[in-house]
Amino acid sequence: MNSLIHARGLIKRFGDFTAVDGIDVDVRAGEAFGFLGPNGAGKSSTMRMIGCVSPPSGGVLQILGMDPRRDGPRIRARLGVCPQLDNLDPELTVLENLTTYARFFGISRKTARDRAAELLDFVQLGERAGSKVEPLSGGMKRRLTIARALVNEPDVVLLDEPTTGLDPQARHLVWERLFRLKQQGVTLVLTTHYMDEAEQLCDRLVVMDGGRIVAEGSPRELIEAHSTREVVELRFPTQDQGAYAEKLAGIGERVEVLPDRVLLYVADGDDALAEVHRRSLSPASSLARRSSLEDVFLRLTGRTLVD
Amino acid sequence: MTPSAYVLEYHLVNYRRTWRASVFSSLVLPLLTMLGFGLGVGGLVTGDVQGVSYLQWMVPGLIASTALQTAVAESTWPVMSCFTWVKIYFAQAAAPLRIADILGGHLAFMLFRVLATTTAFLLVAFLFGALRSPWAVLVPLIALLIGAAVAAPVAAYTASVSSDSYLAILIRFAVLPMSLFSGVFFPIESLPEVLRWVAWVLPLWHGVDLSRAATLGLDPGPGAVWQVLYLLLWCVAGWFLATWRYRRRLVI
Repeated sequence: MNSLIHARGLIKRFGDFTAVDGIDVDVRAGEAFGFLGPNGAGKSSTMRMIGCVSPPSGGVLQILGMDPRRDGPRIRARLGVCPQLDNLDPELTVLENLTTYARFFGISRKTARDRAAELLDFVQLGERAGSKVEPLSGGMKRRLTIARALVNEPDVVLLDEPTTGLDPQARHLVWERLFRLKQQGVTLVLTTHYMDEAEQLCDRLVVMDGGRIVAEGSPRELIEAHSTREVVELRFPTQDQGAYAEKLAGIGERVEVLPDRVLLYVADGDDALAEVHRRSLSPASSLARRSSLEDVFLRLTGRTLVD
Repeated sequence: MTPSAYVLEYHLVNYRRTWRASVFSSLVLPLLTMLGFGLGVGGLVTGDVQGVSYLQWMVPGLIASTALQTAVAESTWPVMSCFTWVKIYFAQAAAPLRIADILGGHLAFMLFRVLATTTAFLLVAFLFGALRSPWAVLVPLIALLIGAAVAAPVAAYTASVSSDSYLAILIRFAVLPMSLFSGVFFPIESLPEVLRWVAWVLPLWHGVDLSRAATLGLDPGPGAVWQVLYLLLWCVAGWFLATWRYRRRLVI
């Protein structure tokens, strides 16, 4: 068994509510593995079980070959955790946040200082080492949290919604750093409800909905298996986009009606648009694009990722 | 080093930002009390209390009460912050620390603060000639016992409540009555029987009594053993309660 994380029929219940409903997962060394799904899909509960801070309610879970129920501290010693909400100490300096955290792993003060300096350079916060955390921007705080997650040179880094709440520029900076980590061979496990994030970072991912895994594969495989090559988005100048569904029938494989637009799943976007115009339908706007994981999710669950 | 020592180290690093102001206030507070109560109230109480001057009688009670105040101050808002505002407990729980390490390290820091404030008070009292016996050197130990007996259950309480208005309730309905009816300012014999029970059941009076025996050099008698054991019972029960409540919050 070569997987760093191995789950079979993993379940998490909170009272009557089942947050994670029997999932099978294998994460291999060196890959970037993603849990993609909307809020409430059970991604964070899964991450907390993997992080050994939340005991599973049922099923098998092995992390680094150990049992989280028994070996929690030993497993956590080899994990790096970047939680969804920053829990840095705002009163301490950037550097102190890393050094005090390194001490929790039994790392010597000197090693902690050296490693903290290296990591701050890595996340481009070297110049802020001495400043307090409080005034830092959201993106800087998130990068610092990522640096903190690396302070014990972990075998697996867990990132729960690493760019939620960040502006686009800050997101790209975080993605770039995570991509660098991936290139260095660090195993990344992340949750996200952004399909672009999953597409950019994940070698392999599972799509979660309602506590279950509804699909698994690389972003490309998932798109090929569950969507067409291209998509045409049409917005009609009316309250009822559905009224056009019938008139669009037969163009491409599938028509999907959303509250604000109609999606046509087709092999060739330009051909499809030409056909739309030939039928004298005049959308207020139209766009032909490649299929994305958003379309996969829509296909599998009938809902969009971000409401 | 045990993992709880790393947690203590974190709280000490955090404390380093404010230690100057904190040391200043732990010296000024006893100084003001000494002047206010010793000279002010002491001037009104012309007779002796149990054979000694009012200042000498009251100082050991105030030191015990300082241990209480410090323990409560450190185990209420700061604990709530670690859970709710800064959330550092959750960061600690994600590291290879156990609940006992997280709680133990923080309690150790609270006791460090209790030791600092009460020792400062003891020094000021010594300079004012308010200590009558060399047994007063035991007072810091008694203060630690009071501190642990209060901080552990209060931390358990703080871990159980959802908002800091419950902390204000604790101060108003538990800490304040305990401070008033535990023989700090007047002997509990002056109280009606019902209120004397407040003193006997809650931890502070036992600490006041032990502390007073030490600074006045009185023979505490065999009752002192029971008082120490009773305070230890508060510590142990508080520890288990707090571990339970912390686990409920951190392991879900």
